[in-house]
Amino acid sequence: MAIGWYLAVSVLIFCIGAGGVLVRRNPLVILLCLELMLNAGNLALVAFARMHGGEAGQIFALIVMVVAACEVTVGLGLLVAISRRNLPIDVDELHELNG
Amino acid sequence: MSAVLFFIAAISAVIGAVGVVTLRNPLYAVLALVCHLVALAALFLLLRAEFVAAAQVVVYAGAVMVLYVFVVAYVGGGDEIAAGSSLRILGPLFAVALAVELFIAMLGSALQGIKGDGAKFHLGFGTPAHIGRLFLTTYLFPFEVASLLLLVAAVGAIVLARRRRGLEDDDRDFQQVRAAARPAYTGTLAEAVGVRRVLEQLEQAHGGVTELMGGVPQDREMTPTIVGTSDTKKSGSDESGEEQS
Repeated sequence: MAIGWYLAVSVLIFCIGAGGVLVRRNPLVILLCLELMLNAGNLALVAFARMHGGEAGQIFALIVMVVAACEVTVGLGLLVAISRRNLPIDVDELHELNG
Repeated sequence: MSAVLFFIAAISAVIGAVGVVTLRNPLYAVLALVCHLVALAALFLLLRAEFVAAAQVVVYAGAVMVLYVFVVAYVGGGDEIAAGSSLRILGPLFAVALAVELFIAMLGSALQGIKGDGAKFHLGFGTPAHIGRLFLTTYLFPFEVASLLLLVAAVGAIVLARRRRGLEDDDRDFQQVRAAARPAYTGTLAEAVGVRRVLEQLEQAHGGVTELMGGVPQDREMTPTIVGTSDTKKSGSDESGEEQS
């Protein structure tokens, strides 16, 4: 398959993830959609690594995975803290930083 | 053969992504993301990134998704109504506009490589041995920074999600200690000099200072009586404290 097909899939997944971040209100699902966008970026990186025949893109994809894992950890920690305080799990309600 | 595999993996990846966005129940969204990640790992394999595919399945579809499932179970993500604001319409519009823009950029790009199947690659391209060697030689610094980042994120998550011990908690503990039965002639200095408020509270708890000759408080059951005043604001964090252990 041509590399362009992989890039097309990557574009589709990225746009689905971006739309999901805008539409959904549950912070958990927003984190999932962020994962989608990061994975689309990973797919593009690996596709370009294949295109150039070098491995720097794959290394970069692995680093992106690490960053995504960190983001998930901190985000889910925040979510647990929010639910501990009996605040609504809804990004539209959580517009104040005091609390 | 690889074209068939590509289309199967690509379609299931896109379907999984759509499922993440559209499914109401967060648990189903997480399961759709697992499906998406496995399909993406197949795409990585087609691109000859063996180690990245393995890491995707093990780290993402394994560890991170387990974390998600636990948090969904903890938070109890109920059914969520989609956004009622103008973002409900503007969000998909923005996504479509972004897709059109990116497709135009991709189709109009002068990169000759994206029309081909990829460059020639050496033997062992993308194998764990090769990636590991690169990580420990050329990319040693990013590797170390990534490990430090993971450490910081782990500590940060613990700090964020731990049980807070605020002022009211300490106050409650102090009252509990003060109300507990204890041997005679032990207590705080305030009780010794006979501060009236303290003595009144002791009266309320169990009729004055109890005389326990053994030195071991036997009736712990009477202690919650005085705690009842501060029970209301503690009820929220009490039940969450059990999850911590």
